[in-house]
Amino acid sequence: MSDTKPRAASLLVQNTRTRKRNAAETRFRIYGRLALGLGIVALILLLSSIIGDGASSFRQTFVTLDVELAEDRLDRSGTRDIDTIKKVTTFGYAPLIRNALAVEMAGQGIVIDGLSPKDAADIISKEATAKLRNFVIANPDLIGTTQSFRFLANGRIDGYYKGRVTLQTAVLDSNVSVEQLRLADALKAAGVLKVQFNRGFLTQPDASDQRPEAAGLGVAILGSLYMMIVVLCLALPIGVAASIYLEEFAPKNRWTDLIEVNISNLAAVPSIVFGILGLAIFINFAGLPQSAPIVGGLVLTLMTLPTIIIATRASLKSVPPSIRDAALGVGASKMQAVFHQVLPLAAPGILTGTIIGLAQALGETAPLLLIGMVAFVKEFPDAPPDGFFDPASALPVQIYNWTQRSDPAFVERASGAIIALLVVLIVMNTVAVILRRRFERRW
Amino acid sequence: MPLIWIFASLLALGAVGYAMGRRRAVAVAGGDARRLHSLPNYYGLNVLLAVLVPSFGVLFAWMLMQPMLIEHSVAAGLPAVTAEHTLVMSDVRRLAEGLKTAIAQGAMSGDDMRALATGDGTIRAALAAVGVALGSEVEPVVLIAAQSYLAKTQTGDVLRTIVVITLAVAGFYWAMGQTNTAFRARNTVERAVLVMLMAAASIAILTTVGIVFSMLFETINFFGQYQIADFFFSTTWSPNFRGNSQLGILPLLWGTLYISIIALLVAVPIGLYAAIYLSEYAAAKTRAIAKPLIEVLAGIPTIVYGLFALVTVGPLLRDYFAQPMGWGESGSSVMTAGLVMGIMLIPFVSSLSDDIINAVPQTLRDGSFGLGATKSETIRQVVLPAALPGIVGAVLLAASRAIGETMIVVLGAGAAARMDLNPFEAMTTVTVKIVSQLTGDTDFAAPETLVAFALGLTLFAITLVLNVIALIIVRTYREHYE
Repeated sequence: MSDTKPRAASLLVQNTRTRKRNAAETRFRIYGRLALGLGIVALILLLSSIIGDGASSFRQTFVTLDVELAEDRLDRSGTRDIDTIKKVTTFGYAPLIRNALAVEMAGQGIVIDGLSPKDAADIISKEATAKLRNFVIANPDLIGTTQSFRFLANGRIDGYYKGRVTLQTAVLDSNVSVEQLRLADALKAAGVLKVQFNRGFLTQPDASDQRPEAAGLGVAILGSLYMMIVVLCLALPIGVAASIYLEEFAPKNRWTDLIEVNISNLAAVPSIVFGILGLAIFINFAGLPQSAPIVGGLVLTLMTLPTIIIATRASLKSVPPSIRDAALGVGASKMQAVFHQVLPLAAPGILTGTIIGLAQALGETAPLLLIGMVAFVKEFPDAPPDGFFDPASALPVQIYNWTQRSDPAFVERASGAIIALLVVLIVMNTVAVILRRRFERRW
Repeated sequence: MPLIWIFASLLALGAVGYAMGRRRAVAVAGGDARRLHSLPNYYGLNVLLAVLVPSFGVLFAWMLMQPMLIEHSVAAGLPAVTAEHTLVMSDVRRLAEGLKTAIAQGAMSGDDMRALATGDGTIRAALAAVGVALGSEVEPVVLIAAQSYLAKTQTGDVLRTIVVITLAVAGFYWAMGQTNTAFRARNTVERAVLVMLMAAASIAILTTVGIVFSMLFETINFFGQYQIADFFFSTTWSPNFRGNSQLGILPLLWGTLYISIIALLVAVPIGLYAAIYLSEYAAAKTRAIAKPLIEVLAGIPTIVYGLFALVTVGPLLRDYFAQPMGWGESGSSVMTAGLVMGIMLIPFVSSLSDDIINAVPQTLRDGSFGLGATKSETIRQVVLPAALPGIVGAVLLAASRAIGETMIVVLGAGAAARMDLNPFEAMTTVTVKIVSQLTGDTDFAAPETLVAFALGLTLFAITLVLNVIALIIVRTYREHYE
């Protein structure tokens, strides 16, 4: 009786060749996993870098001050005549804010050595005087009273609370001093300066190079919306009509073949080429205005058409021929069969394709650069239809614009704008997926 | 009449036409729709189409032609100052717009406008009052041109309204007159609809023609001012807006190719292996999660990748690779743009290859397994060779994407045109130069601007060839297994 223990592993011994082959198998599988992992890691890295940079742009540093709207500065005549009041430029409002801050500091007992009143007032955005002036012009009756205002803090001060600016970098920075940061800290401790949700980022227009704190997406969002309206109104009917023709009526001939090749090629033409087309045809030839949403919309329509046509044809193709045969069998004409039976059944697929096409168009940048949408636009466009011809910006172009500016605060703005853009895209794609899940029929 | 009112009245007339046409048809049939050739709706639709189609067609054609014709006739009246021609015309247009606003807001009557004189500052003051800012005092020539521009535009607008409305009304009466029991309304309407469908399908061809012609004319213009051989074979790119530019495409093509190759080196292995893993190995659950995640990459706009390259990848590569190794000091480099573009192309390669691998018939795999091959051997020696043409097509499509990509290279690759082998140097591409030559102040007579059209045409030609080859390969491959 030998007391051999039962072996844990199989009796089978792999020869070298099999072992090699199995190792190769394992390696191959690992490569596959690695590739997949790399792709997903890239996605996570991309999103986290953007969100990490941009999330803070939805919060902003504000300073709340009680400003005395002194009559002797704003309306010496005392007549409240709007033209006299308008004569006071934004420079004339600066002392009001300076005084208000001085009063506040005295009230809180804040004393910072080596900080002149003018430097102290510089912690408030240069946009504040314009805000004050607009308020006074809108409410001339309130001159002489004291009102409470929430002003944006200067971009550097805002950066201090977001980690872009530190006491060390402030020493080297000509735009902000250590004393100013100390003052900001003191004001924060007193509750005058707060970091709050920044609604202006989504509603206000763009601001100049010097005022990153005031820059907003309002005009860009409106411009993008206008363009999407144009794209939807043109690309959907034209795309559906073209698909119906190609899928249901087109005879098999050279012309049809040419159209088909054209559509698949157009889907792969670089987007910048569409920009050149827009510049040459819509602006230089047809004389449409530069930077106008109508031109952007037309260019994006041409770009989106292939996407919509391909999606529509796929969903028309998925409607079984028996439906058409049944309709024809009870006496419908071909046109009636298509419009009354096939099209309604294909509608969910068409809608999904359209939404995906719109989402693509919304994120497209390159062609818009060429048709002049990079221009600095501070005015909101009018209501449609006139607004379609007014200068406007667009979300992706605004992002590009901000990346070209020197102040690092604009990187935060650009990333924040991307978050806004991605949220819209996610919503659109989710709607598309839900539509497909809910209404798609399997035959 | 403002445009919106023309639109509204045409639509209203169309709606009335529909209702009346329908009622008329029922009336001629004595209330018995069975005596009609078609359903009553078709008689209504017939009137609707007769009202809308010709009038809208003429309206759009008019809107397109009028500005051009007026501009030509006004420009002909200007003294020959061809060099600044476009600038003068834009002055004329701006002034005319301003005067129009002034009249519209009631700050000026039409007679006031015609009586305006230059030199005393009244025009600037009058226009500033309605919110139109003029740069400098208006020259007499410009004022006269603007007045005639405005007058012609107004006459044109009135004529347009009359012609369009007349057409609509004529269409209405004509179609109403056609309505009787024997009239084949359905056939007429369906034929018209079919023509419209065909027209919509032809827009694809129009677009291609538009693309080619818009670039061709300016390119011919460009080659009139610049040697064709210099453009294609010169190795220097140094545009100079004072003239004497050297505009050789080679450095740009080099940058484009270098970046595209790096991008493909990233995207093809990762995309292909991911596709193989997803289609051959992954469990249904993994596939359900991982495939959409990879496809999210495809839905992200390129500007986002551009910012990622500019803010994250560029500085990362510079600080941890290029600077320590002494390879370069620049954050924007071929490597940055190539890597990021590679990430962008991963889903493109993987979803196309996924489709292609799935199209390889299962019988081929079963045969291979039956002979004792392992899974990886089957994939490498049976599935991939069978799928190869399709995968080549996918790679070509990805290459065409990479060559035409703009935002990533604008933000990640830099603007210096050079031919260098060091991937950590900033280089530039065809698309970057198209953007930089066509944005900002452009003068469409100078070769420095026109070169962008030649670049665009070259780019279009390259991608067209790649696309067509890829499409042919993919198409024949699909037919092979169907």
